[in-house]
Amino acid sequence: MTDTTNPTGNDATTDDVESVDSGEAEIVTPAEERLRLHEVWVSGTEERFPFSMSTDEGAQELLPRDQEPALAVQEGTLVDDDYQSTPVVDSGERQIINMGPQHPSTHGVLRLQMELEGETVRRVKPIIGYLHTGMEKTAEVLNYAQGSTNVTRMDYLAPFHNELAYSLAVEQLLGVDLPPRADAIRVLMTELNRVSSHLLWAATMGMDIGALSMMIYGWREREVCLDFFEKTTGLRMNHNYIRPGGVAADLPDGWEDDVTSLIAAVNGGVDEYEELLNENPIFLDRTLGVGVITPEECKQYGVTGPMARASGITWDLRKEMPYCGIDQYEFDVPTGIHGDVHDRYEVRIAEIRESLRIVEQVVETMPTGDYRVQDPKVTPPPRKRIDESMEALIHHFKLFTEGIRVPAGTAYQSVEGPRGEVGCYLVSKGGARPWRMHWRAPSFAAVQALPAMMTDSLVADVVATLASADPVLGDVDR
Amino acid sequence: MSDFDATVFQPEHGDEAPADAKPDSSTEALIASFPAATVEIRSYASSSVTYTAVSLPVGDWVAFAEAAKATGFDTFIDLAAVDHYTEAPRFEVALNLIDMSAKQRLIVSTRVPYDDPTVPSLTNVFAGANFYEREAYDLIGIAFPGHPDLTRILLPDEWDGHPLRKDYSIGAIPVEFKAGSVDL
Repeated sequence: MTDTTNPTGNDATTDDVESVDSGEAEIVTPAEERLRLHEVWVSGTEERFPFSMSTDEGAQELLPRDQEPALAVQEGTLVDDDYQSTPVVDSGERQIINMGPQHPSTHGVLRLQMELEGETVRRVKPIIGYLHTGMEKTAEVLNYAQGSTNVTRMDYLAPFHNELAYSLAVEQLLGVDLPPRADAIRVLMTELNRVSSHLLWAATMGMDIGALSMMIYGWREREVCLDFFEKTTGLRMNHNYIRPGGVAADLPDGWEDDVTSLIAAVNGGVDEYEELLNENPIFLDRTLGVGVITPEECKQYGVTGPMARASGITWDLRKEMPYCGIDQYEFDVPTGIHGDVHDRYEVRIAEIRESLRIVEQVVETMPTGDYRVQDPKVTPPPRKRIDESMEALIHHFKLFTEGIRVPAGTAYQSVEGPRGEVGCYLVSKGGARPWRMHWRAPSFAAVQALPAMMTDSLVADVVATLASADPVLGDVDR
Repeated sequence: MSDFDATVFQPEHGDEAPADAKPDSSTEALIASFPAATVEIRSYASSSVTYTAVSLPVGDWVAFAEAAKATGFDTFIDLAAVDHYTEAPRFEVALNLIDMSAKQRLIVSTRVPYDDPTVPSLTNVFAGANFYEREAYDLIGIAFPGHPDLTRILLPDEWDGHPLRKDYSIGAIPVEFKAGSVDL
């Protein structure tokens, strides 16, 4: 150890390392031998292959500083990033700057590779994948009942919308019709989720462009929403509440009072935000005319949701392709004109109020009845029946060991999430597990459109533009 | 019809299309101009969703996308790839478009074999196909000739294989017991 820290003793160091390597004979313990014979199962087949213990990661140690190779240039990037270039000053020359993946304004782990000319951004390339956890592959080994715990973690700020798109896609293939109360509960929870997601967006957006009080205010009102989620589902995030066949549990006693006080609290909070920001000269300077995206670019890049509506596209899946009977409630679709950061702010604040309008109507018109479909192929028997009936016990056991069997087919179902169209492309070959589950993530399209919004803007505007796009990297990378 | 309607057939699953469900006339004309295309109307009573699913040979892929864009399906929504593994043309690529003025959704899919998993790139028709084709290349291993930057997008550049293929091993963590011997 002491030798390796000596910068002048390179020769001695390498000799020492070699001698240590050659001095240790390779000893294979019986346990390791057994592990080498272990087999792995290949998904989708019956084949088994021997498990290889070798990895290609190499030693997880830092090399001595003088042996450190130059930073590898990422292959195939559009931006020709030359890390070896000499520093340039503002003389028409260009340089490459990486923003992220650990930059505080990137809301996760997004890396923006920017080519700068002075303070002006000439080219941008978003680089993603730092949060990729293979959730679409994971979905193929989970059964349909377990699937909603998986998808709820994708867009972690809009878990109900993910669960809803997934559940509706499964229900398409199952062909079940939900009781009206289940639909109403789903509308209630997803609209409250839209409110909580937009509140978090308002908080972080304010913080990113320097209105630090917004950070505290937004989180304060969001906490009221999360308290209601916790009371209803047991969890503040990743609820696994909306499931194929209905919802996991009925609403708690006194939920009408909770929601009514929530509406008052959030409406009051939004009034405060508007008082703080609407005529704030710094806020207007940082948002007006910044990060513009045209309606044509939105359609080209698949940008949907509040961003497309801020550009003047009147398109809301709740109106055009309604789900869960959401078209029976009265609400407006706010749209902007300019497609800049400020219009996105206006649209999202208006959407909070419209969602609260829907929630008010749900409270007034909540139907009575069952909160899940009573289809024995989907729904387990009630808990008390299991104590009385052997058949109910067997039924329960079969549902939870084998899972729901879904007929073969292909389904695509999308819902209007807080960030745009959340779509689930589900392929079933029959059986208890999805064959393939592809997600149409709204943030993925938004990140793809960032260069269209950022090119030829200032570096400071990059932060405001990124904040207004509201990407959730868990949704982008899945 | 008599008043007694107990014989009215109730389909067990709601995925049969109603008799009057069909694409509007411009979509019909679009599909009719591609004789090799097969059409399926997917409709679901439970969620009041109807969309047109068209499957066509890979030779018509770009031409159909251009024609669809000219017809009004100008909003790019999604591009998904599926590995069907045991079926003969193994890979499916599905393009999802929306016509906002007619409120129609169109899902166009094509199949390519394992030997030649190649689908021409749509990046010249829809700029948004860029990231989605990179994702399909990264996870399923479908090549898109004509793509400006067909590199891995979610996985590291040096990753080996395409994980969403069905024959890609998901691996396993061997369990080591501290006492006794267990025959694995």
